[in-house]
Amino acid sequence: MTQAAQEAVAPPTLVVRGLRKSFGSEEVLQGIDLTVARRELVFVLGPSGSGKSTMLRCCNRLEEPDAGEITLEGDPVTGPKVDVNQLRRRMGMVFQAFNLYPHLSALSNVTLALRKVRGLPRPEAEAMGLTALDRVGLKAKAASYPAHLSGGQQQRVAIARALALEPSVMLFDEPTSALDPELVGDVLAVMQDMKAQGMTMLVVSHEMKFARDAADRVIFMDAGRIVEQGTPEQIFETPHHERTQTFLARFSGRG
Amino acid sequence: MEAILTQFFNVEIMVKALPLVLQGLGITLLICVVVIPLGLVGGLLAALAAVSRNRAVRWSAIALVDLFRAVPPLVLLIFIYAGLPFAGLSLSPFAAVAIGFFLNNSAYFAEIFRAGLLSVHKGQAEAARSTGLTQNQTLIHVVLPQATRNVLPDLMSNVVEVIKLTSLASVVSLGEMLHAAGLVRSLTYNASPLVLAAGIYLAMLWPLVRLISRFERRIAS
Ligand SMILES: Nc1ncnc2c1ncn2[C@@H]1O[C@H](COP(=O)(O)OP(=O)(O)OP(=O)(O)O)[C@@H](O)[C@H]1O
Ligand SMILES: [Mg+2]
Repeated sequence: MTQAAQEAVAPPTLVVRGLRKSFGSEEVLQGIDLTVARRELVFVLGPSGSGKSTMLRCCNRLEEPDAGEITLEGDPVTGPKVDVNQLRRRMGMVFQAFNLYPHLSALSNVTLALRKVRGLPRPEAEAMGLTALDRVGLKAKAASYPAHLSGGQQQRVAIARALALEPSVMLFDEPTSALDPELVGDVLAVMQDMKAQGMTMLVVSHEMKFARDAADRVIFMDAGRIVEQGTPEQIFETPHHERTQTFLARFSGRG
Repeated sequence: MEAILTQFFNVEIMVKALPLVLQGLGITLLICVVVIPLGLVGGLLAALAAVSRNRAVRWSAIALVDLFRAVPPLVLLIFIYAGLPFAGLSLSPFAAVAIGFFLNNSAYFAEIFRAGLLSVHKGQAEAARSTGLTQNQTLIHVVLPQATRNVLPDLMSNVVEVIKLTSLASVVSLGEMLHAAGLVRSLTYNASPLVLAAGIYLAMLWPLVRLISRFERRIAS
């Protein structure tokens, strides 16, 4: 089979079926169905508290789903026999608050999992770590500690930390929300570059311009459900659902 | 004035007392070397239990830590050395000191480590787990280094407390420094050996105390 043919029959990168999650009596996810195809960038929008972060965190089981089924490249993510640590290293995650390890240099932040999870010897891990830092434009900062990096640089190191593990999909939870406006662009540029290189991405964000430029599909969530989805044009120009319309009206002039 | 000098700073007697006091210092240091690592390990384990997700584990750890922080160490020590024989358990002075201090120290170190563990933001462990690190790897490589660093001055202060507390071992006739000095005092009817011991404590602990202040200032800035 040609590579294209293989990709055509390969299972989608990420499949979520009937995902439910409650905190106490509040059902935060009320049955989410979502498929992310290989190389696709799915952009997730929605008001605060609609369950976007919880959905992402269920995908790599930082939160334990109450019900539903998740698969990564056809391999089950949920279920009792799953080695969750091996699955997690195939799913990179980038957090709003960066969460770099403050006691480690940028390079050591990136190499920790390469060494401890993938078991690579230090020289190999460092070579891969430097490649990853280079991809986010921060090879020169390899020896710097997080406290000496700007927010934008920290987030790019966090992206490199996830990228270095060569994940099948990257999950982003508002990667630019904690950044000063002038630093947002660098991070989005790195993400756009990853998209161009064929990375599969699931991105929760409010950066509408990025969605227009880079997203294949936009999903609108409200109250634990996917309310509407479509191409960026469909969602931004002709949203059908009333909740989408009100939400987007608040952002008009910003995108 | 003359009387004060001969009673407290009698060089002749200090020189005579020195071998015995230094021998006592050796035992003091030996106690420290045994008791401080034991307390650190015990404290760390108790702290981990005290932040466990398992409620029974958490509550037992907290109850034990509270208990041994509330019992005066002197009472604990005398109970272990002089009380337990009534239950058929006779311990050597050194074993009694090691056990008593282990229980007392662990409780104090546990409180410090617990504060350290709680000071590490939850996002740190989540980031580590999201890259596939196991819970133990996350603890060892991500959480503990930060937790320890955040409470380093408190840990060091407690080490100083423990060193001072070793003088309690004199009540169970363990020949540590205070005991040795007290012995020479009673033989010579002169307080100079005690002053000598106090001077040695000061020389040992003052640099440590300065170092801690420096750390505290650096962390505050
Ligand atoms: N660990 C938790 N314990 C209890 N409730 C939680 C927890 N995490 C999230 N929630 C609740 O679940 C709901 C959805 O939260 P979630 O963080 O997924 O929303 P979100 O869409 O990401 O919002 P935002 O845009 O503000 O980040 C909220 O009501 C939140 O308070
Ligand atoms: Mg969120």
